[in-house]
Amino acid sequence: MTEEEYIAEQIRRNVIITTIDKIYNWGRRSSVWPMGFGLACCAFEMICAAASRFDFARFGMEMMRPTPRQADLMIVAGTVTNKMAPQVVRLYDQMPEPKYVLAMGACAISGGPFKDTYNVVNGIDTYLPVDVYVPGCPPRPEALIEGFIKLHQKIEGQTIITSPWYRKGVEREVPVPALGPRGLVIPGEEDE
Amino acid sequence: MSREVYARLVEEFPGSSLEYLEGKEPAISVKANDLFGVARHLKEKEGYDYLSAVTGVDYPDRFEVVYHLYSMKERKGPLTLKVSASKEEPEIPSVTPIWSGANFQEREVYDLMGIRFAGHPKLTRILLWEGYEGHPLRKGFPIEGYKSMGQEEPS
Repeated sequence: MTEEEYIAEQIRRNVIITTIDKIYNWGRRSSVWPMGFGLACCAFEMICAAASRFDFARFGMEMMRPTPRQADLMIVAGTVTNKMAPQVVRLYDQMPEPKYVLAMGACAISGGPFKDTYNVVNGIDTYLPVDVYVPGCPPRPEALIEGFIKLHQKIEGQTIITSPWYRKGVEREVPVPALGPRGLVIPGEEDE
Repeated sequence: MSREVYARLVEEFPGSSLEYLEGKEPAISVKANDLFGVARHLKEKEGYDYLSAVTGVDYPDRFEVVYHLYSMKERKGPLTLKVSASKEEPEIPSVTPIWSGANFQEREVYDLMGIRFAGHPKLTRILLWEGYEGHPLRKGFPIEGYKSMGQEEPS
């Protein structure tokens, strides 16, 4: 084998040609780190999904991050009360782009059994852009993992060209609701 | 057991409004004016050193606060103490100076029932936020809260 043939062979074996999107999304979806917080009973199913039997580290969700600055995915696991909603929205605002929200369980999706009561938000999608809904009361860990796989599919379908988070001048911050005398109000949108 | 305590209480507080309520769970009813003295007597002389629960009840004609007392030293209890409060201006004396465990529980009763506790060190809302209108566990409170401005103002 001549030297040129040898180099050609090495290039053939070691160089892979692909698109930026494919490798970028592969990297992103293989390392989605969720934020470690739970609001109610759904949190236990989430913890169970993280523990050894279900072990969502298999899907690259290596660990729960205790700070929003290092998290890519917010799992809203449980009932969002009016008193808690401002903090949840603030945590979302503190996460770096690109970021995703997974609404876990009936309460986070719609308010669940507590819908239309005086201190419960009728679904976190009132305030946050939700990417994946995982129904159940609470959903089993398998259902949550199915939600993660759906999120992976969504990430793989995105492209860097149209992704909103690298564009200039796009307002991505979500307004934090404030506690009013009759429930939550979004600042600047108070009705008379 | 509550009956013997009641008998001793009547001896100790003659002319007061004590009343023995028969039932599956016997209770001692007391007027708000006498509550603090009776409570202090129960702790210091009868050994009821542990206040397990402070509960608010909304009856059609009155509010009622129920205290469940236990004795850790003598392993006895519960002794149930009931105090009524008026519907218009519910206010009863606080027992926080006697059992400091009453602090948060009285704040919760105040938050959700609107019963004021005179002499409480810091009577503010504990579960809901300051500035919230109304007291949600009252029977007249709409389940979805006072959402629209057309609804009647909370009392």
